[in-house]
Amino acid sequence: MAVTTSYEYVEGWGMAVGSHARVLRPRDVDGIRAAYAVARQDGVCLGLRGAGNSYGDASVNTGGHVLDISRMNRFLDWNPETGIAVVEPGVTIEQLWKRVLLDGWWPMVVSGTMFPTLAGAAAMNIHGKNNFAVGTIGDAIIEFDIVLTSGEEVTASREQNSDLFHAAIGGFGMLGTFSRIALRTKKVYSGNLSVRAIPVRTLREMMDEIEWRKQRADYLVGWIDCFPGGEKSGRGVIHEARYLAPGEDPQPEQTLKTSYQELPANIMGLFPKSEVWRILRLFNNDVGMRLVNSAKYLSARMEGEDEPMLQSHAGFAFLLDYVPNWKWAYGRDPGRTGLIQYQTFIPQETAHATYIEMLRRCRRAGIVPYLGVFKRHRPDPFWLTHAVDGYSFAMDFPVTPKNRAALWALCDDMTEIVLAAGGRFYFAKDLVIGQEDLLRYVPPDRLARFVEMKRELDPDMLLQTNLFRRVFGDLCANGSAARG
Amino acid sequence: MSATPPSNAPQPRRAIVVGASSGMGAALVKQLAGEGYRVAALARRADALDALASDCAAGAGQSGGAVFVHAHDVKATDDVPELYERIVRELGGLDLFIFAAGIMPPVGKHEYDTAQDLEVLAINLSGCIAWTNAAAQTFRTQRAGTIVGISSIAGDRGRKGFPVYATSKAAMDCYLESLRNRLSEEGVHVCTIKPGFIDTPMTSGMEGLFWLITASQAAERILNAARSRANVRYVPYRWKWVGLTLKLIPSFIFRKLNF
Repeated sequence: MAVTTSYEYVEGWGMAVGSHARVLRPRDVDGIRAAYAVARQDGVCLGLRGAGNSYGDASVNTGGHVLDISRMNRFLDWNPETGIAVVEPGVTIEQLWKRVLLDGWWPMVVSGTMFPTLAGAAAMNIHGKNNFAVGTIGDAIIEFDIVLTSGEEVTASREQNSDLFHAAIGGFGMLGTFSRIALRTKKVYSGNLSVRAIPVRTLREMMDEIEWRKQRADYLVGWIDCFPGGEKSGRGVIHEARYLAPGEDPQPEQTLKTSYQELPANIMGLFPKSEVWRILRLFNNDVGMRLVNSAKYLSARMEGEDEPMLQSHAGFAFLLDYVPNWKWAYGRDPGRTGLIQYQTFIPQETAHATYIEMLRRCRRAGIVPYLGVFKRHRPDPFWLTHAVDGYSFAMDFPVTPKNRAALWALCDDMTEIVLAAGGRFYFAKDLVIGQEDLLRYVPPDRLARFVEMKRELDPDMLLQTNLFRRVFGDLCANGSAARG
Repeated sequence: MSATPPSNAPQPRRAIVVGASSGMGAALVKQLAGEGYRVAALARRADALDALASDCAAGAGQSGGAVFVHAHDVKATDDVPELYERIVRELGGLDLFIFAAGIMPPVGKHEYDTAQDLEVLAINLSGCIAWTNAAAQTFRTQRAGTIVGISSIAGDRGRKGFPVYATSKAAMDCYLESLRNRLSEEGVHVCTIKPGFIDTPMTSGMEGLFWLITASQAAERILNAARSRANVRYVPYRWKWVGLTLKLIPSFIFRKLNF
């Protein structure tokens, strides 16, 4: 059979939203077409899903079916001379790096976890800790094939069907299903990176450090302790990494092995990693997290700005994968407990004042992020991109039945000042903005072109998700029978 | 945007019993309906299911439970995903899945009937895998649910009698154990039940039965085992010692035994 079927609970990665749905898993392009036909026959819409790693509702489709691309995961071609990989859409970032590293290549752009599929990564136009230097994953994609809702398979690149190329990357699965992706990777001369930790006392200091370091660093990521206010607001640690030059690693054939890259199986050699989330759960409250954040900052301060150390690519890149299912520390009652990540992208000029004010509002509301991550970005040509010439601040908030309404109110409150500062949002993370917010941050011409393309390529609105209905609302309605 | 949390109101509990027309399956349906469950009862014979539904009506009416019947031949594994989805939607979710279907045709001393043997595997094993896989995917993704498989003490050793029935149960034990290990991280429990002699149509007419309990007594103990999150439970419990003893008998002696 070209497509398998099951009935599952389909949730966002943050577990705060989900619903039961039929999940269709095609094995090939005919399977994708078969999934379209099933949804049409049942009179429901179809939501596209990769590995389900988006925090919010990007791959949740309440009331409809879900097309899960993860079974189409064959590596189609790899050229160790050019570093160009051609993959089926369900191939994950993990599969990609494990295939290319031994030949001396590393994915141009990776997320903080290695589990996303490349289809999902392309649909969300993900970025990594090197966004300021190399752009988003869309910038690394050479071309793709996409199966439109008509069943037609189309190739798009910067030269061919250029509009579709720039709309579908970051188009959150609303224009068609990726069926093949060709992308560039990055030549590396070692399995290690040179990594340096730089503690900073304030947000201003963090931004100043990032500004001058971004000229020479390959990766930059800031961690922020969101608890203290006043002069300490925005204190944290920057991690800066750079690739090693040819010859710098005396034994690249050793460090480029995947076995060298594996994350440790046990924490401190004692606890099986699969159970560690239960320990984190004990600290996963306001008091515990205030303590953990402080301890983390103070230990970095005590060590000071050390000499750079060597760390494997995987060890540096995939911090989110160290503790399996760590998100369960936030509770794992489907749809009731979990986390949201409120990540905002703000231009350089307005970022500092806005982020300081946002932290203040969090403390005032008594809802402080348990984790804050700060990154530098650059603009890209994709129509619905989140990226700006500025910064992003990702705030992880616990969700409970008790705090939910207050948390959403806080986010709405912060969204106001983010929009006023010229900020943007990111579909891979978002669970809170609405249509009126979208209209305020996406440039009107780009939004109009996207809506026009959606109407043209998917006139009966076959492809939908909760995210689409939440942020696009009736923008794409064109008189024909809307589904869902 | 809306931040409405899901309702906290107590939900009715929901169960599927495959192989519900008689014996332990029917007794389980009756017991669950009496406890207020919404139960889907599946079996090949529609008339038997209708009889079961009316038999349960009084108890279900009192407890607020309900019985939904679906005629289905577990050999039709291709039909399972769609029927399963239809049933779970009808029940409004799923908390408990029980696979109780099974046949044990008599096998003569010198009988080697491949067609009949494969039929036993199709019902007892393939049917079990098709249905339980479907339930496992729902339970894994919702991080909640209990799977109960009615296996048999017969799966503990390969005896002279009922060779392929025993094979199907041994395979089922292994499949359920794998599933238990695969799903434990997600909080899903898998319970393997090994009944001894239960007074059901399967054992009717057999000679030399002892420690016999009724199907409804068995149903009660099965649900207790599932609720106490037992991994493998002999029903009645004392069969555990029989199973243990059987496993210890060396092969050169075991082959001399006639049972």
